[in-house]
Amino acid sequence: METLRYELRGSRPVKRVDPVLVGVVASGNLEVLIEAGVPGLCVFQIETSARGFGTIWEAVIRDFHERHDFAGTRVSIHDMGATPAVVSLRLEQAASSLAGDLR
Amino acid sequence: MDWQTLARALFGEAHRIRQDGDLLSGEAVIEETGEPLGIVGTTNHAPIGVALALAQARIVLDTIAKYPGRSILLLVDTQGQQLRRQDELLGINRAMAHLGCCIDLARRRGHRVIGLVYDQALSGGFITSGLIADACYAVPEAEIRVMRIPAMARVTKLPEGLLTELSKSNPVFAPGVGNYVAMGGVRSLWQGDLRACLIDALESAPTTDERARDGFARGGRRLAHRVIDEVLAA
Amino acid sequence: MSATSYAECSARQRLALLLDAGSFEEWLPPAMRVMSPHLAQLSVPCAFDDGIAIGRARLGGHEIFVAAQEGEFMGGGVGEVHGAKLTGLLMRALRDKPAAVLLLAESGGVRLHEANAGLIAVSEVMRAVLDVRAAGIPVVSLIGGSNGCFGGMGIVARCTDRIVMSETGRLSMSGPEVIEASHGVEEFDSKDRALVWRTTGGKHRFAAGDCDELVDDDVQAFRNAAIAAISRADASRPVVLDALEFEHAMLSDRLETAALAA
Repeated sequence: METLRYELRGSRPVKRVDPVLVGVVASGNLEVLIEAGVPGLCVFQIETSARGFGTIWEAVIRDFHERHDFAGTRVSIHDMGATPAVVSLRLEQAASSLAGDLR
Repeated sequence: MDWQTLARALFGEAHRIRQDGDLLSGEAVIEETGEPLGIVGTTNHAPIGVALALAQARIVLDTIAKYPGRSILLLVDTQGQQLRRQDELLGINRAMAHLGCCIDLARRRGHRVIGLVYDQALSGGFITSGLIADACYAVPEAEIRVMRIPAMARVTKLPEGLLTELSKSNPVFAPGVGNYVAMGGVRSLWQGDLRACLIDALESAPTTDERARDGFARGGRRLAHRVIDEVLAA
Repeated sequence: MSATSYAECSARQRLALLLDAGSFEEWLPPAMRVMSPHLAQLSVPCAFDDGIAIGRARLGGHEIFVAAQEGEFMGGGVGEVHGAKLTGLLMRALRDKPAAVLLLAESGGVRLHEANAGLIAVSEVMRAVLDVRAAGIPVVSLIGGSNGCFGGMGIVARCTDRIVMSETGRLSMSGPEVIEASHGVEEFDSKDRALVWRTTGGKHRFAAGDCDELVDDDVQAFRNAAIAAISRADASRPVVLDALEFEHAMLSDRLETAALAA
């Protein structure tokens, strides 16, 4: 297992306090939990069974953050070897659940 | 331990326990107290198929009908459920559930039900007998496991060495009667004066499920009890 | 209204679509991170909810308690935490007396990675189910996931008041692969899907009387069947001596018929 962590500055605070969960921990899949976090930051914590893909994770995460720029948010992931496409999909699904709750 | 030796240790010659294939059944009297006991169980490391589950259920039902309040001793020696397509077709899980429901009804009707693993309890073989009694006990030489570690390693695709190493500090993975005691699954081991152990069990076995609490107190299963409490308090 | 496949939904999707809209209140939700320490020790990925969502909800207006197993996580296998969530739910039902307990069961049985803990946990669930039934609270199982309901969870399902299945669902004790590994491919060819479903699938189980209701692979169909199951006058089927004698006679006849036919 590998743990990856990215703390990115964000400028769009998310109002919603109810955590959002999408996805399932299964082969080729992942679960994404989005909840309230530290103001001004979007903190991503990933636990993955597929080791050595840090560069790709960083790219996917930065890409997502560039699109949404969440702040005061904590994104936690349990991954079991999902492709970057599936990771992006789940992140977007989770983000949509938050969409109505931006200030 | 073979059942005849066990029976002699528990009851001397004052028992009418008989073996019919893999099925054990009969009656015994506890000399010290004069209390009659119904006996039902298996031997020969029996695979539990539909027929054997039903045979045991029949004895429990007869005990409920004919001997109100009589205590029952479940003698467990099994290699697990019968692995045959025919048993699946006939609903082995239904037959096993039925046995479990019969034992559970006996408990609710005031029969003390004690499980004793006197030889083997493998896989799901005793999940609807010994494990659904008021309490389940075992002799120290008993073999209790879900699966041996090499097989577990193959099926889970985990390294055998890792499982073996972790077993030294975590009773969850590996076979062993001691692990089941630590986790609360087995209430205690019967050693020395087996007769005294039986009398004590009949007297002190709980009628509510204390296993999560025991697992917590003994340190072998530290979360179950707390999680249950958290759900109750949520 | 177009059908939504129950089998293709995740546990949480089933809850969202099956229960009265927005009524599900989850206990020990994912954000609480009540997870398996044993999987972590084995460096196996954990799930925030350890593969089961439990809580309170309304179904057709009735207040019920509900549990949904995620069959895709560890095959829905029962580990220490997973099992304790289910046992806790049932014990709470004893205390709070909902109209019913609903079990969306999808499980391979004991989670092998947590072997001993899983076995004891399943046993605790069984006892708790029977406690709830003895209190007159109906417990209903829904089985329609593609992973089926096997092993100890299959026995748990058979300890509940009523079972609703779809054809896609399977209810059995041992998986076909285990039987094949033990007694060979002539005993059970696990790759013969038709054979597998003829032996363990919902259609066969319904025909044999081993489940009470057969519905389409559709969440709405499961919802309707669940509402009907908990609303009927005999929703709670007390485990009494007469009932067990009846069951015994039926199972004995079945065994005898099979022996004669052989």
